[in-house]
Amino acid sequence: MSDRPDPRDRSAHYVSPEPYDPDEALQRTDRPDLDAPARVLIWRRFRQNRLALISGAYLLAIYLALPFVGFFATHHPAERNAEALFMPPQAVHFFRAGHLAVTYPMTATLDMETFTPVYVADMNDPQPVRFFTRCGRPHRVMFLFQTDLRLVCPPERADLHILGTDRLGRDIHSRIVHGAQLSLTVGLIGVAISFAIGMVLGGLAGYFGGLVDNAVQRAIEIIRSLPELPIWLALSAAIPPAWGPVAVFFMISAILGLLDWPGLARAVRSKFLALREEEYVRAAELMGASSGRIIGRHMMPNFTSHLVASATLSIPSMILGETALSLLGLGLRPPAVSWGLMLNDALDLTAVEVYPWLLLPMLPVFMVVLAFSFFGDGLRDALDPYS
Amino acid sequence: MTTSQQALLVDGLTVGFDAGAPPVIDGLGFSVARRETLAIVGESGSGKTLTGRALMGILPRGARLLGGRALYRPGDGGPEVDLLALRRSALRRLCGGRIAMVFQEPMSALSPLHTVGAQVAEVLALHTDLPAAAIHARCLATFAEVGFPDPERAWRAYPFELSGGLRQRAMIAMAVVAEPDILIADEPTTALDVTTQAQVLDLLKTLQRRHGQSLILITHDLGVVASMADRVVVLRQGRLMEAGPVADVLAAPGHAYTRALVAAAPHLPEGASAGRSAADPILQVEGLNKTFPARRAGFFGQRSGTAIAAVRDVSFTLHRGQTLAIVGESGSGKSTVARLLLRAEIADPGAQVVFRGRDGAAVDVAALGGAGLKAFRARVQLVFQDPFSALSPRMRIAEILSEPLAIHGRLNARARRDRAAELLRQVGLSAEHLGRYPHAFSGGQRQRIAIARALALDPELLICDEPTSALDASVQLQILDLFKRLRDELGLSYIFISHDLAVVADLADHVAVMRAGRIVEQGPVAALFHDPVHPYTRALIAASPEPDPGKRLDLAAVARGAGAPQDWPAPFGYRDDTAPPLTEIAPAHFVRLAA
Repeated sequence: MSDRPDPRDRSAHYVSPEPYDPDEALQRTDRPDLDAPARVLIWRRFRQNRLALISGAYLLAIYLALPFVGFFATHHPAERNAEALFMPPQAVHFFRAGHLAVTYPMTATLDMETFTPVYVADMNDPQPVRFFTRCGRPHRVMFLFQTDLRLVCPPERADLHILGTDRLGRDIHSRIVHGAQLSLTVGLIGVAISFAIGMVLGGLAGYFGGLVDNAVQRAIEIIRSLPELPIWLALSAAIPPAWGPVAVFFMISAILGLLDWPGLARAVRSKFLALREEEYVRAAELMGASSGRIIGRHMMPNFTSHLVASATLSIPSMILGETALSLLGLGLRPPAVSWGLMLNDALDLTAVEVYPWLLLPMLPVFMVVLAFSFFGDGLRDALDPYS
Repeated sequence: MTTSQQALLVDGLTVGFDAGAPPVIDGLGFSVARRETLAIVGESGSGKTLTGRALMGILPRGARLLGGRALYRPGDGGPEVDLLALRRSALRRLCGGRIAMVFQEPMSALSPLHTVGAQVAEVLALHTDLPAAAIHARCLATFAEVGFPDPERAWRAYPFELSGGLRQRAMIAMAVVAEPDILIADEPTTALDVTTQAQVLDLLKTLQRRHGQSLILITHDLGVVASMADRVVVLRQGRLMEAGPVADVLAAPGHAYTRALVAAAPHLPEGASAGRSAADPILQVEGLNKTFPARRAGFFGQRSGTAIAAVRDVSFTLHRGQTLAIVGESGSGKSTVARLLLRAEIADPGAQVVFRGRDGAAVDVAALGGAGLKAFRARVQLVFQDPFSALSPRMRIAEILSEPLAIHGRLNARARRDRAAELLRQVGLSAEHLGRYPHAFSGGQRQRIAIARALALDPELLICDEPTSALDASVQLQILDLFKRLRDELGLSYIFISHDLAVVADLADHVAVMRAGRIVEQGPVAALFHDPVHPYTRALIAASPEPDPGKRLDLAAVARGAGAPQDWPAPFGYRDDTAPPLTEIAPAHFVRLAA
């Protein structure tokens, strides 16, 4: 670097030989990396968040699998195995006796001191687990047709309860897989309802301001100050007992949605207010654009992504809400299967102590809620791709 | 010169962000002597702020020091140390005590939860072993020195209780209280109004003279350099462009970039540029007032407190093809005037705003509604201050430029695109940018796009709300030239709002100076610059630093006019609502003074 001046020489007048052309900068784009539609930029930023990406893929996979849950279950969720009440998770052994996977027949004896069943495997009689065959009671695929084709079937002369059974001898794994259908869609339907209410009310409050805003704001504060659990309980208790499981399911979703909208309405309102102050919205106003055009063309594209992120972040509370209601016996009712209902069986502390596998439905709740949180956080962080 | 007086020697300073990207500061070297002021000048992205931060060891996250040394020789004769090689704990002992920094934004640099006194005292508690009473006494002395009228009150005050200028004084007190050898001031006056800036610069100069510090002044403003510095270092994109004594560099800039900077720095006009005459009024404003109701505070949104009079009794006439500049500091009501003229805000009843278009028909702007208002919107357009928020990030340039046409149902889709391309060319950009998104462009380019959008509907009047104040000086000059060219090509009339008199000098035909909601002086540009009468106008002119080392700021003039209206000398001063009327002291030259 011989052309650099000696910094010690304070009287010298140094001029760099580097050229400078003021017009060259005029046509060159400053940040070519930002020259893309917002969704591309958001995806580019989102992709860098490994955890959110994995969570998103996981959620996508399980939601895509929902119509086909029966295929992944080993049993029908209502199928009872009277020989295997409270059976603990059963070991599956791989590459034994020339088969890919085997289980051993179990024999139950009653422990006369604790009155709990004790299962002993007959290790001399390996039975091959069957793959991709027909077995058990038929299940419905995509609400369309019935089939008894399953990915994994129990061996012909042994059981296969990989997560154990409950007090009626029903397979817990199969019930978790089937329960996902209701437990996961409750969140979506609830969020759809709360989204619709929140959008309309929040939008009205944000756009018209004044009295409308005041009314909506006060309504939000009132709903927010209601103790959540008792209200859930009261509303669910009001569902007529004669209603079928599907009707109850929709009512529960609606209740969760009706109580959740204030958060979204607030998000919409504040985003609306913030965007109204943006100069490009002012510019559209000063060009003479109508309110409809300003909202539809200048404001909506800039805030839908924010709303999707807040909606994603409120799905977990819906799932937890359903779980809590069903756990308390006020949500879905048998014969429906949901994770909350399964946990209802685990309300009895002694049962939990002796049969801890009854708590296993907590695992999918935990994983899905966590995945939604990671995914929603990643989405939210990626929303402002311009910084 | 011998190196014995040297306080700091920086050599080969290199700072980078990503491993692959070129460094943002590339082998920078300079030195500062005792009692000397070195100015580091550059535009945004030049690395001037990072240089100061690298010396203090407070580089932002992601920035890494890649090389260089900064040899600091303490004033008390201690051993020379390399600031860049010091461990954090050792650096902390020096920074704040021996080397101090004044930040640009005093509101965010001071903690809102502690009193100013506690924050300044903390510096002494950390860097000296003085007893509490001595610390208190020294803080009060420093407060008095930096110009707090009541040091004891300053000691107890929280930052939000102080005005911007006083806050910056508190910041300076914090920096100098431990009597540092080197003071690094990073754009210390950029957030301040021009009259406050002059006073703060004077304070820095006085303190330096009294205590013999070295001052490193980081700035984008060559005017500030000329009035403050002994030597100057010009940076561009992290590289040294030119360095030398201020008189040499500014009088005979050797590098093309420095020449461009000097040319772009706002100059007050020397010769009288007679405003172009015309007698075809496009906009006549009479008795414009705006009172903002008090803030809604109650549970059901009742109003409480007092109303704010933002604009009082503004009247002017703008002739076709001419430019009226409205100049004032923040809070003067100049932007509110713009919004009132655009009908983005409704004026108080009684105002007369008459717009006369090319067709000769007079339109009463205050009475417009519906279709009439929409047609008016096509004829009067606004150019915003911030080119970054004025363009929707979700729309391509072609959509942004054809949006006004679509709103007014003009042309078909293909013709709109052709028009968009034509508009881009008109503002000096090539049509290949049509498919791009606004974030790909620099501030200057975006302001050109915003101007193109304002031109889309063939308006007759453009209202420009500080259109260049967010831009670098060299870009600012280009945009001002563009405004001039467009005015002549398209026969536009402008209302040009600015906080800086020097910026409008070249463009304006008439200037109105606003203060606290009122026009205090109004007249042809030549009269205003060469025969300013009102003390506030004189203060604005005196406070504008020019890139000419021969001219020093006239602080006496600044002090006379910078205060509130009640502090102005007779016959100009007034209280509250008893303002005297505008008096015509020369043809078309009005001054607010008591008869």
